[in-house]
Amino acid sequence: MVYKGYNYTMAKPLLEFTDRGIYCEKGEFYIDPWKPVDDAIITHAHADHAYFGHKHYLAHHLSREVLLYRLGDINLRTIEYGEKIIKHGVQISMFPAGHVIGSAQIRVEYQGEVWVISGDYKTEDDGISTPFEPVKCHHFISECTFGMPVYSWKPQAQIFADVNNWWRTNLHHGVATVLVGYSLGKAQRILQNLDLDNGKVYTHGVIENTNEALRRNGVILNPTERITSETSKEEVHKGLILAPPSSVGTPWMRKFHPYSFGYCSGWMALRGAKRRRAADRGFVMSDHADWDGLISAIDATGCEKVYLTHGYTASFARYLNEIGFDAHEVHTLYGGEEEEASPQPSPEEMELNDEEKNEKTYKALSFGEDLGEAGGTAK
Amino acid sequence: MKAFAQLFLSLDETNKTNEKVKVLKDYFIKVPDTDKMHMLALFTGRRPKRPINSTLIRNYAIEASNIPAWLFEESYHVVGDLAETMSLLMPENPNSSSKTLTEWIAEINQQGAKTEEERKLWLMDSWAMLDRQERFVFNKLLTGSFRVGVSQNLVIKALADITGIDAPTLTHRIMGGWMPEDYTYDQLIQEQNAADNISRPYPFFLAYPIQETSEKRKNAEEISAALGPPEEWQAEWKWDGIRAQMIKRGGQIFIWSRGEDLATEKFPELHPFLNALPDGTVLDGEVLSFQNGLPMAFSVLQTRIGRKNLSKKILTDSPVAAIAYDCLEYKGEDIRYKTQSERRVILEELQQQTSFPEIFRISSLINFNTWEELEVQREQSRAMIAEGIMLKRKSAMYQVGRRRGDWWKWKIDPLSVDAVMIYAQKGHGRRADLYTDYTFAVWDGDKLVPFAKAYSGLTDQEINKVDYFIKRNTLEKFGPVRTVKPELVFEIGFEGINKSTRHKSGIALRFPRILRWRHDKPKEEADTLESLKALLNE
Repeated sequence: MVYKGYNYTMAKPLLEFTDRGIYCEKGEFYIDPWKPVDDAIITHAHADHAYFGHKHYLAHHLSREVLLYRLGDINLRTIEYGEKIIKHGVQISMFPAGHVIGSAQIRVEYQGEVWVISGDYKTEDDGISTPFEPVKCHHFISECTFGMPVYSWKPQAQIFADVNNWWRTNLHHGVATVLVGYSLGKAQRILQNLDLDNGKVYTHGVIENTNEALRRNGVILNPTERITSETSKEEVHKGLILAPPSSVGTPWMRKFHPYSFGYCSGWMALRGAKRRRAADRGFVMSDHADWDGLISAIDATGCEKVYLTHGYTASFARYLNEIGFDAHEVHTLYGGEEEEASPQPSPEEMELNDEEKNEKTYKALSFGEDLGEAGGTAK
Repeated sequence: MKAFAQLFLSLDETNKTNEKVKVLKDYFIKVPDTDKMHMLALFTGRRPKRPINSTLIRNYAIEASNIPAWLFEESYHVVGDLAETMSLLMPENPNSSSKTLTEWIAEINQQGAKTEEERKLWLMDSWAMLDRQERFVFNKLLTGSFRVGVSQNLVIKALADITGIDAPTLTHRIMGGWMPEDYTYDQLIQEQNAADNISRPYPFFLAYPIQETSEKRKNAEEISAALGPPEEWQAEWKWDGIRAQMIKRGGQIFIWSRGEDLATEKFPELHPFLNALPDGTVLDGEVLSFQNGLPMAFSVLQTRIGRKNLSKKILTDSPVAAIAYDCLEYKGEDIRYKTQSERRVILEELQQQTSFPEIFRISSLINFNTWEELEVQREQSRAMIAEGIMLKRKSAMYQVGRRRGDWWKWKIDPLSVDAVMIYAQKGHGRRADLYTDYTFAVWDGDKLVPFAKAYSGLTDQEINKVDYFIKRNTLEKFGPVRTVKPELVFEIGFEGINKSTRHKSGIALRFPRILRWRHDKPKEEADTLESLKALLNE
C-alpha cells in the first residue's frame, strides 16, 4: 500500500474531532457522534457510543436488534465485518473489536490513507464476542479506559473458576447469589461461562430484554429465566441472579435477602474502588483492554499516530511517547480527561435509560463515559 | 504470612459484620500464638517499627516494577494506597512464602541494624519470594498503615468468642503500651488483674452525640422526652482540649491520650500534682491550655501537641492544666462499677486534698432544675470556651467505648460559612481515584481567597456528582491538585476560628467540614473574608 500522507499545514486530516463526534468531511459521516447528525457510524450499542436522534445509522449486523431495542425505530443499515462501503469516495469497513457482541472497529480509507477508530475493545477472546483483530493503519484512534499499569487482567478462565466457586459456596450456605454486570456485554459473557451444573440463571428485566434482542439477532445464549413478580424466591435462591448495576441497593435486590452480591468490573482491581461499591465479592473482569493489551494492540496497528479518546489519556499518551509512539490526547475535542472513563456518572442512571430512553440524560452524557464498566455507588 | 494475606483477602471479600468476625476467628484459631499477638497489635493501631525509609522503599519498588518514576507516582494517585500500588506494579511471580507473620516482622525489625545496601538486597529478595497478596500485606507492614476496614470492636468480639473472656475485659487488657514481643497470648487470656501492668489505662467511656442540625434543633421538650427528669442527670461543660487518662500507680505517673498514646512527657505541668496523688489513682479528664485561670482556645494547645521538645517559650505561652471529671480507680480499686455520683464524691475529695488546685482542676457542675434552664445555659458555651454541654446519668457506671444511653454530648451549633470550591485533590482508601479533598474560598473583593480544606460531610452520591463536575471543569493541574472552575457552593461548618500568619487568608479554622451542598446558591452569594474575620472578635 502506498502511503500518500497529507500536508500537515495545508490539507485537513481525513478525520477530525468535532463537537459532534469524530467527523470525516470527505465522506460526510460521523463516527459515534453524540449530537444528532445525518450519517452516523456506530462502533457498538452502548449508550455512550450509540446516541438517539441521527438520520441514518450504520452498524454491524450483530448490533442490529440491540440498537433497535435501545433506540427505537431508527433508520439502520448493518454490515458484516470486512464488508466494504464507499461514501463519496471514502471506503468504510468494520473489524471486530472484541468488546461486546457486535462491537466493531471502524476502518476508514481514502487515497491510501488509513484511519482506524477502535471504539471500545479488549484483546482477550471472551468466547462470545468476535475476537479483536488488529488492523494496520496510519492513524489509530484508541480508547484507554484502563491505561494505567496497575490494571492487568487475569485470563478469564481463572476468574470464572472463582465466580463458579463462589456460587457453589453460596449454595452451600443457603444464600442467594447476585452477580452484577452491565446488561450488554458483561451479562452475556458471564452467562456463557457459568457452570450451569450449579443451577439455573435468573435475569433482571433489563438484562433479559438485551438477551432477547441478541437472540432475535441469532446469537445463541445459554437459557435464562426472567425474574417477574411470580418468580418464587426459593427457586431463585437455588440459582444465580444476573443483575445490572442499576439494581444495586434497590428493593428489587433486597427482596432476595439473604444473598451474597458480586460485582464484575475492571474497576474491582483496586481495593478502594471495590470497597466503594460495597460488594461482597469483586471480580476483576473487564470488556476493555488492560495496560499490556492496549500497548500490544496499538503496536500491532503499526500506526504513525495514535489518538487517545477516553480513559487515562494524559499519562498513557506520555508513556506511549516515551516508548516511541507519536501519541496525542484528544481531550479538548471530547471534553474528556484521563479519568473520564472512571465510574461516573453512576451507571444506574444509564441503565435506567435503557428502559426510559430519557432524552435529557442522553444529552447530559458526553462521549467517553465508559458506562459499560461503571459501578457507581451502591445504596 | 500466607494466613495473614488470606485474612486480608477474606476480610475484603465480605461486607457483613458476622462474616468478618468469623474470618477473624478462623484466623485466630489457625495461627500460632505469637502471630495472634502481632495481628492484634496491628489491628489495634500498634504500628511495627519501620526500619527502612519509605522514600527508599518507593525507589526500590520503582526499580522492581520497571516503569518510570512519574508513572509510579501517577499510579499511586489512582490507587490511593502505597502498599497496594507497589504490589500491583511489580511483576507477578508464582512463589509464595511459608514464613509466619512473626518471622517476617522479626526480619523487618532486624533491618534496623543493616546497611542500606543489605536492606535493599533483602527487600528485593523478599518481594521475589511473595505472591501478589502476600506482597501487599508485606508492604503494609513495611509502610506501617493498617487501616483495614475492621474496627477494634470486631477483633475483640472474635477474640471474646474464642477465649470466653468478655469483651470489656479484653478491651481493657489490650489497652496501653504493650508490644507483641513482650506480651504473650497466654498472659492475655490468663486470669489476671488488669492493673498488674501499672501503666495500663482503662478503656475510655465515650459520649454519644445528641443529633442536631442547624435547621433541626432539639428543644427542651424533646430532650425531656428522651432523657427523662432533669434531676437524674449531671451537666458539665464540654471542654475543648485533649482527653486524657492520668494514672498514679506504684510511685509512677502515666498520662494517656484517647488514641492510646503515652503523653506523659508532653505535659510536664501536670507531673507535680500527679506525683502527689495517692498511689492507685486514675483520673479521667481533659488537658487544656490555661492562662490567668481561664481556658484558652484549642488552637493554643495545638501549637504544642506536635512538638518533640517543649521549649521554655511554649511552656510560658501555652501552659496546661487538667480539668478532671471522673475517677476510675481509687486506692488501687477499679471503681468504674460505682455510680457517677459516687465517683464524683471521690473525685471532689481528691481535688480538695491537692496542693495544686490551679493545675488539678475539676469540671464544675452546671446547676439546672429544668431542661429549659439548661437549654439557655448552653447558649453560654462559646463564652465559656466550651463546645457545649455534657450530660451524664447520675446512676450510671463508667462503661467501655461509645455507648448510647448514659453519657451524651450536646454540642452547640458549629459556626458556618458559605464558600466556593476552587481546588480538588483525590482521596485515599475507599475514596481512591475520586476527587474528595476540596479547598474552599470566600470573596475578598472580587477575588476568591482560599481559607479551608475539608474532606468530609458529603454522601457518596454527592461525592460522585462533585467528582463528575471536577473532571469536566478543571482549569489547571498542579501535580495531583486541580484548579476547578469556581461554581459549586458549600456550607462549611467549623468549631473555631483564629488568626493565622501561615495562611493567605489570615485565618485558620478548627475542624472545618462540609455541612451541605448549597445547590440553591450561586457563587456570587458565597460569604466574604470580611464576614469571617468579624467572627475572630466574637
